[in-house]
Amino acid sequence: MSVYINKDTKVIVQGITGATALFHTKQMLEYGTQIVGGVTPKKGGTEVEGVPVFNTVEEAVEETGATASVVYVPAAFAADAIMEAVDAELDLVICITEHIPVIDMVKVKRYMEGKKTRLVGPNCPGVITPEECKIGIMPGYIHKKGHIGVVSRSGTLTYEAVHQLSEAGIGQSTAVGIGGDPVNGTDFIDVLQAFQDDPDTYGVIMIGEIGGTAEEEAAQFVKDNMDKPVVGFIGGRTAPPGKRMGHAGAIISGGKGTAEEKIKVMNECGIQVAETPAVMGETLINVLKENNIYDKCKTH
Amino acid sequence: MNIHEYQGKEILRSYGVAVPSGTVAFTVDEAVEAAKGLSTDVSVVKAQIHAGGRGKAGGVKVAKNIDEVRTYAEEILGKQLVTHQTGPQGKEVKRLLIEEGCDIQKEYYVGIVLDRVTSRVTMMASEEGGTEIEEVAAETPEKIFKEVIDPVTGLMPYQARRLAFNINIPDELLGKAVKFMMGLYQVFVEKDCSIAEINPLVTTGDGQVMALDAKLNFDDNALYRQKDVFELRDLDEEDPKEIEASQYDLSYIALDGNIGCMVNGAGLAMATMDTIKHYGGDPANFLDVGGGATTEKVTEAFKIILSDNSVKGILVNIFGGIMKCDVIAEGVVAATKEVGLEIPLVVRLEGTNVEQGKKILDESGLNIVASESMAEAAQKIVELVK
Repeated sequence: MSVYINKDTKVIVQGITGATALFHTKQMLEYGTQIVGGVTPKKGGTEVEGVPVFNTVEEAVEETGATASVVYVPAAFAADAIMEAVDAELDLVICITEHIPVIDMVKVKRYMEGKKTRLVGPNCPGVITPEECKIGIMPGYIHKKGHIGVVSRSGTLTYEAVHQLSEAGIGQSTAVGIGGDPVNGTDFIDVLQAFQDDPDTYGVIMIGEIGGTAEEEAAQFVKDNMDKPVVGFIGGRTAPPGKRMGHAGAIISGGKGTAEEKIKVMNECGIQVAETPAVMGETLINVLKENNIYDKCKTH
Repeated sequence: MNIHEYQGKEILRSYGVAVPSGTVAFTVDEAVEAAKGLSTDVSVVKAQIHAGGRGKAGGVKVAKNIDEVRTYAEEILGKQLVTHQTGPQGKEVKRLLIEEGCDIQKEYYVGIVLDRVTSRVTMMASEEGGTEIEEVAAETPEKIFKEVIDPVTGLMPYQARRLAFNINIPDELLGKAVKFMMGLYQVFVEKDCSIAEINPLVTTGDGQVMALDAKLNFDDNALYRQKDVFELRDLDEEDPKEIEASQYDLSYIALDGNIGCMVNGAGLAMATMDTIKHYGGDPANFLDVGGGATTEKVTEAFKIILSDNSVKGILVNIFGGIMKCDVIAEGVVAATKEVGLEIPLVVRLEGTNVEQGKKILDESGLNIVASESMAEAAQKIVELVK
């Protein structure tokens, strides 16, 4: 078991003929992901990396039976691409694209109301179920199959956490990057619920950062609805207020969204928070030991 | 992106949102000429900088006649205005807004922001105008009213009416208040604002509902389709290093410390700053070189970090995922040679081809301290700049 994706997931790549998309299509294929098609308007009928290209998502889905898509389309056209995938009734759309105007995402979220599709991202590294399926831009080799769920707003910080876990022999069930934008498709709570429901996930590491109140809400959810251990890390303790720290969503505004506040609420809800990013793995391992599930989580 | 109050008011005016008549002035003479062109005897001289709290800092003066306009313009132009948002060094005033005085009956607050919890645009209003909304929210949250807006319909008149009633706008001015709010929402969505804040919104003795101040911020991600807004960018208001960085697509923010940081990824960059602080150091900047850090980008990043004279050491922290560590190491070496580094440099590489990367750093003959982990790297650089 795993969350959202597994070895049977059939994936199409939107914007497949762009340079970044091509590079990552190759990487995903090498990892073993079933990339069954691509979409680029006016390139229908051609083939790249051995993958057939279609003009529309609808056509790609009809021809390939894909249930998931990954969006590498440039920011100006990304909202349209997401909505096209939602219209084609895919189960899962993962949007890697960053710098999408926020008003566009407000419209996308409204459009998605009542539809079946789950959106992950935008501005995220993607989703990976180690040794089964990788959808996104993360380096596959650092991951190891196992029982820890990882959910994060940041790409490289996720790699950092995953790397620490793998080095310590602690594999991952699925790692989900929810992205650094203020409006995103899947939030911490969605992923935490999925990890709680997944019998193969025994513990969770949740990586947040300054801005908004998603971590506080997630912490409350963990307290009320989860019996699996969760540890955390919050980036941006030293970030000055009023400045966007790289991610569009990473901003302390009007005194709200500080790391201190998030850590305080997480601690109150029983979530141990790593003091520095260097000890994210260690913090989790200690908690696994406290819960007597360390041996179960140790891959080898 | 921020713009000046007078520019914000020009945008509002073009959408039929009521603002006082006024003109921008860059010199004292221009200020006097501007005042002569107004239809009121009383005019207001307002410092134009990208920071709030100008009134309390002495940057806004009411002039009863032309002579006073001259006096105030002379006083404010060129002054380093220090407000609670400028930092202790303040900001030099280079532009003034000369505006008609008006007979204020009552001050209100109207603002539009993105609500991250609902993923919707939200209009807020309060009877407590002139006070910062954060203060109102902390002390009397019951006095803030909100309307969550459906992007399909936009702000509906009933929502604007409900807000106006809730904040006790007089009945005879209801129509004008609703028109104001509807117009403000149009500006927000059509110009891709991230914040549109009117504080205060005023009712006047002659029955107007208008914006006495206007703070419009814009979504940087949407500037590609807001060319006219982008032209309003005032480089004098930005840190020169941040401007330089933006030209190379580097995400850089200047801070007060002495340890320069170069990191890939925004989350890791923030976490690196935190780790430096944890070990007793002070980061000089936030810098995300992005996923595809080329030698050219790394070189530019080094130059920008070094142009900050307070930098006494540099920490490079790279998690090479898709990017290979040997490529990054070569970039660091090339950049160091070109820039001629004389301060301590600690490099922590992790990821693909990390061994080759470390070998390149070792064999470069340069004074680079390679580090195994993030914690060790942070401790080393903190030690070295002491």
